[in-house]
Amino acid sequence: MSSKVIQAMYNDDDILMSAVKETRAAHHHIEEVYSPFPVHGLDKAMGLAPTKIAITSFMYGLVGLAFSIWLTSYTMNGDWAQNIGGKPSFSWGVNMPAFVPVMFEMTVFFAAHLMVITFYMRSRLWPFKKAENPDPRTTDDMFVMEVALEGDEKEMTSFFEKTGAVEIKITEKH
Amino acid sequence: MYTFSKRLKTFSFALMIVGLVGIAWGFLNAPSTVEEAKEIVAHNESHDAHASEATHTVDASHDTHDASHDEHIFHQLQNRPWSALYVAIFFFMMLSLGVLAFYAIQQVAQAGWSIVLFRVMEGITAYLPIGAVILFVFLVLSSLHMNHVFAWMNPELLDPASPKFDHLLADKASYLNVPFFLIRAVIYIVGWVLYQRYARKQTLALDQAIEGNLTHYKKMMGASAAFLVFFLVSESMMSWDWLMSIDHHWFSTLYGWYVFSGMFVSGITTIAMVTIYLKSRGYLEYVNDSHLHDLAKFMFGFSIFWTYLWFSQFMLIWYANIPEEVTYYVQRFEEIKGPFYAMVVMNFVFPILVLMNSDYKRLPWFIIIAGVIVLVGHYIDVYILITPGSVGAQWKFISPEVIGSALFFLGLFIFVVFNALTKAPLKVKGNPFMKESEQFHY
Repeated sequence: MSSKVIQAMYNDDDILMSAVKETRAAHHHIEEVYSPFPVHGLDKAMGLAPTKIAITSFMYGLVGLAFSIWLTSYTMNGDWAQNIGGKPSFSWGVNMPAFVPVMFEMTVFFAAHLMVITFYMRSRLWPFKKAENPDPRTTDDMFVMEVALEGDEKEMTSFFEKTGAVEIKITEKH
Repeated sequence: MYTFSKRLKTFSFALMIVGLVGIAWGFLNAPSTVEEAKEIVAHNESHDAHASEATHTVDASHDTHDASHDEHIFHQLQNRPWSALYVAIFFFMMLSLGVLAFYAIQQVAQAGWSIVLFRVMEGITAYLPIGAVILFVFLVLSSLHMNHVFAWMNPELLDPASPKFDHLLADKASYLNVPFFLIRAVIYIVGWVLYQRYARKQTLALDQAIEGNLTHYKKMMGASAAFLVFFLVSESMMSWDWLMSIDHHWFSTLYGWYVFSGMFVSGITTIAMVTIYLKSRGYLEYVNDSHLHDLAKFMFGFSIFWTYLWFSQFMLIWYANIPEEVTYYVQRFEEIKGPFYAMVVMNFVFPILVLMNSDYKRLPWFIIIAGVIVLVGHYIDVYILITPGSVGAQWKFISPEVIGSALFFLGLFIFVVFNALTKAPLKVKGNPFMKESEQFHY
């Protein structure tokens, strides 16, 4: 299946934001926007569904908390009970204050790392992956908006010129 | 301009009247002789005996009491209404002091988002002169031996000839003595109130200034920076003097920060609640949900910061297990268990669960619920800072004098704050970042 896309390039994030809004208002379908840095509010302007990554992060945190509870009770009270600083290992509950830093760190560790890994998987990023961005300049100072080409080519080109695009390309979508 | 609604005014007076009744009940029911104190304790104990299935009788437990113990309990019971009063005086003074510090930080940081809330903060800090003076009067009454909330004020403890001589306290006497204590209190209060007055004068002058004239703005920034330096030192010393000295054998280097974190989170919560109230009455139309979101983020963040300090203080003492340090926590874990645990749950578990979700931080009713929990939680926190040292095992949280004191000062606080809000337009003028604040969105 071959479908053509129009790639409009912008050199300023404010112009890009207003262009995105105009394009949406004109009922063109934005396939993707490539940007060298996160543009605040762009996801809302593009009409993307809100991210659920915060919920996954919360659950990873709970997993980390549960893991740290198991780890401290197994290592410090169960398998090889230890008496550190004159605090005999009566039970996990009695020794709990000493384990709070471990519980805190494990919660943060799990929440942060697993969230980042989830984010990479969700956005299909992994080592040695070939870059998806259509133009290397989007890693430097250019913003590219990719829009599905429907109807008249010329009409659309002039529409994007009016939104402030500095360069317009029409290519096959691979 | 805000007009103080009649309903709210009546409500604040009603709170004060109900509060006064509670306070009066507390003082009338305090024992005036050792015999009365014994009767009250016996009465309570027989209640306990009825409630539990324990078979021990009142007489059996009485035999172990000696005369000095009876006198001790008598003083604790006498302290009860005073101590309840002191908790309320301190708590509401602390709210406005926390807001004053927050306000100064916003000025020094040239924060853009919070400018539309400046008048709300100024309204809350208007309570500070009144609250601090009432607190000072209380300290003077204590030093005149009207009450024994500050046990170290008893001159017998410093008299080497007396059987009560306390050499640990005598070693501290060069710092912890009544005249110096009161002089320090005057210095703190004068410093804070001077800044509060000066800041108010400058913002009102900035309102009148011609556009582009930034003299008052710059003066305000300089004064705020100077105040913050003074505040961080004086707040820490204030917490040693006014709270930590109640347990005068115990000390913690983290104490000043701990009190500060509680003060800060309660102050920010008060700003959020007053803002939501004013918005619900149709004022502050330029305050949007992003401003609320930021306040709720502060509530969330500083609740966790408070817990961090609470736990840091506790864990080091628990781990080291040095007798003179752990007594502080042993007393709280054993004698005042219920409020002690309830407070940690209210100040940590509730805010972290209720305010974690980003969307909930924008819902006014959600912030109000979280705010009420946080404020009650920190009220109990102040109660636990003060009461075990002044009243000991004779504490009673759900009692007319504790609730009455809280209601009286809540009424006074509402009256003073909302009265101050009517004095100036609710939107400051002349701040160069005003536009940023009005358009603030997250």
